Amino acid sequence: MRRSTTESRALQIILIAVALLFLAFFLALPLVAVFGEALKAGFGPFLDAVTAPDALSAIKLTLLIAAISVPLNVVFGVAASWAITKFKFPGKSLLISLIDLPFSVSPVVSGLIFVLLFGANGWFGTWLAEHDLKIIFAVPGIVLATVFITFPFVARELIPLMMEQGKDEEEAAISLGATGWQTFRHVTLPNIRWGLLYGVLLCNARAMGEFGAVSVVSGHIRGETNTMPLHVEILYNEYDFVGAFAVASLLAGLALVTLVAKTVLEWRFNLHGSARH
Amino acid sequence: MLKSRALVPLGLCFAIALPGCSGGGGGQSDKVQITNVSYDPTRELYEAINPAFAAYWKKKTGKDVTFRMSHGGSGKQSRAIIDGLDADVATLALAYDIDAIADRAKLLPTDWQKALPDNSSPYTSTIVFLVRKGNPKGIRDWADLVKPGVEVITPNPKTSGGARWNFLAAWAYGRKAGGSDKAAEDYVRSLFTHVPVLDSGARGATTTFVERGIGDVLIAWENEALLAEKKLGAGKFEVVAPSISILAEPPVAVVAKNAQKHRTEDVSKAYLEYLYSPEAQVAIARNFYRPSDPTIAEQFKATFPQIPMVTIDKDFGGWRAAQKTFFDDGGVFDRISAKK
Amino acid sequence: MTASSAAGARRRWRQPSVLPGFGLTFGLSLGWLTLIVLIPLATIFLKSAGMGWDQFVAVGLSDRALAAYRLSFGTAAAAGLVNALFGLLVAWVLVRYTFPGQKIIGAIVDLPFALPTAVAGIALTALYSPNGWVGRFLDPLGIKVAFTPIGITVALVFIGLPFVVRSVEPVLADLGNDVEEAAATLGATRLQTFSRVIFPAIAPALLTGFALAFARGVGEYGSVIFISGNMPGRTEIAPLLIVTQLEQYNYDGATAIATVMMLVSFAILLALNVVQAAGRHRYGA
Repeated sequence: MRRSTTESRALQIILIAVALLFLAFFLALPLVAVFGEALKAGFGPFLDAVTAPDALSAIKLTLLIAAISVPLNVVFGVAASWAITKFKFPGKSLLISLIDLPFSVSPVVSGLIFVLLFGANGWFGTWLAEHDLKIIFAVPGIVLATVFITFPFVARELIPLMMEQGKDEEEAAISLGATGWQTFRHVTLPNIRWGLLYGVLLCNARAMGEFGAVSVVSGHIRGETNTMPLHVEILYNEYDFVGAFAVASLLAGLALVTLVAKTVLEWRFNLHGSARH
Repeated sequence: MLKSRALVPLGLCFAIALPGCSGGGGGQSDKVQITNVSYDPTRELYEAINPAFAAYWKKKTGKDVTFRMSHGGSGKQSRAIIDGLDADVATLALAYDIDAIADRAKLLPTDWQKALPDNSSPYTSTIVFLVRKGNPKGIRDWADLVKPGVEVITPNPKTSGGARWNFLAAWAYGRKAGGSDKAAEDYVRSLFTHVPVLDSGARGATTTFVERGIGDVLIAWENEALLAEKKLGAGKFEVVAPSISILAEPPVAVVAKNAQKHRTEDVSKAYLEYLYSPEAQVAIARNFYRPSDPTIAEQFKATFPQIPMVTIDKDFGGWRAAQKTFFDDGGVFDRISAKK
Repeated sequence: MTASSAAGARRRWRQPSVLPGFGLTFGLSLGWLTLIVLIPLATIFLKSAGMGWDQFVAVGLSDRALAAYRLSFGTAAAAGLVNALFGLLVAWVLVRYTFPGQKIIGAIVDLPFALPTAVAGIALTALYSPNGWVGRFLDPLGIKVAFTPIGITVALVFIGLPFVVRSVEPVLADLGNDVEEAAATLGATRLQTFSRVIFPAIAPALLTGFALAFARGVGEYGSVIFISGNMPGRTEIAPLLIVTQLEQYNYDGATAIATVMMLVSFAILLALNVVQAAGRHRYGA
């Protein structure tokens, strides 16, 4: 009986091997190439590149941008998933598609949109200039572009999961007298915890790594409006390949750190026995 | 609100992100800051010139000047200024990109190019070939680029300012060799059948040629070719000067309205004028640009070979006309790349 | 599931539910959506609406643009299919089996999100160009990857993989063993269990992953620009055309191409979401 709910070990090994081979070719190899290029000249040049003042200010800016845009999209993502998965209303498919919309917009265009809105010749350009407010080519513009790009991530992660889980548990909680907030905290949240975390990690990674859209609204002022990906491009265009890949590997490393943090937390939560089902 | 322990991981993610928050620049009265929006290859040049100018300005006026530098593709930088990037000075790859700022955003007068000597170009360059060590395909001139089996690397003229200079230099050769615009178009069409990759920028094309090892010859700015020959891949490449090329003039201009707003007109103007000073001209030559000062040019004669050059104004009727004829939608470049 | 759909309630826009918070969450979502996505995107449509039909067609539907759309949508679809197949396999292996290094493999899957797209492009070009680590073995076989549509597809597979894996993974993990056990008890083979029980349950997530990878691939610029040859009509992607228009200070032309791309992508996403909703209905999830 137990046997038939899983595959034979031989088949498992074949499947694992195919999956690993695929990942090796498409993910690991590029990653190795990045780290390989970064450390090609040894550890010294690598360290020099990532501790250069321009690199440090790029790192700071990137972290700041992520710290602002991710929480905004987490609140939105949870709210949207709740509305979409716990209720029935016409136009739901349209709403989901609208949430996906930023995915279907080329990053080049996402930046352009904000230039058309807030640029000197944009709709609000004159008004902003009169009040001496800067959005484009300053931090607010970069935040806006990042929020736009990462908009769907959390919601997209939660919707299929919450759809799959249904709403029986929540309905039971409510009928037992729990308030909406209590229900969300004690019933929904434990169920969607890992999905939410995935969403946050993806959102965060993308917020830090976004290049195309940010490039349009940044202005590329050294030490001021260059995020890490933009700094990578600049170094690359200065033929400083080691420096470019060093900063790039830092971004990859940053992603690895958050993923390790995720794994550790996952392990601790499981240890404390918060059963999922 | 983030009380639930399931959300602790969030807190952890952001804790990493907390030390952000950096302050902007300060603004005391004896300090002045100018923003120089430039194109890609000038980084080393302005890194050399900026401290020298700061010292000069301090001595002259007692004021400290600091710089905000922005580098990128020339057209993109021009667009950023039009859309509100507050550049005090624009130092771009071709006059067309500053014309666009004058025409579209009216941030400076349309006759801006008369404000400074030599068409407002304190440094010039030209278009040359970079070939692999020993010149295995025997490339001496433009005619050799269209021989069977030769692969040519040049960026996309639609997206790269440098590539437009390349295209016009090739055109000038075709017109001289064949005696007509028709012959020029045939030559350029044939040339582009030898191009396997059109990079979007001049530096990308150099990387394709130097790092990826693709192609037999790179058509490039002279300053970029010399940089590649002397520094990037020392001993692996040779520069070949063709029989005819084009005088590439990367112009500089004060973005008048912005400078006015920031009260940096004097220092911006002095900064650009300083580029014509002997000290700056030496820095220019050391960074492989051709200096406009004849005495400095004489000193660095060995670096820069004599090449007969056409000019954009005399031979192509200026950038506005050239852009329209050759590179806008439906222009010559579209025509030659459509029929393949 | 909860069959609370009384015929009388149809008149109301939303079907009644005992759960609270619809107004708050729906309002919040719609407000944020409007502010961040809809209003900004409306500028694109208004901009292209203001340019007149003839001009719109001349730029947005020119031969060159059509070739670029075909390339962009074609390679994105190919990459999406590759990702749907292998992404599902990767998710399955990560959730269902145990093997050494699993945690690390699980972590690596997200890297395409974190790596700046330009870096991905550079790294892939370094690998697949004729003198690259992989390219040098393929070149003698006559297989050219870099600077061909295959190269573009490779870049898009890289960019899109996490979308599929991360969409499928949580659903797969959440799928209890009980249904599979039930199926097995009733005499289903493993393949039958997979195709009749497991697959229908994860199909919506898989479709989502495919759609997201596809949509992302269509618009991708940073990574593709390095590995595609950018030759007009052959390896020129649609986002490059937008940049080309911008380079001529032609914001109208750029928005025209952007509008066409967005409409097509959006139509595809909408269709997939509708199919998904219908599928859910049929399987009664």
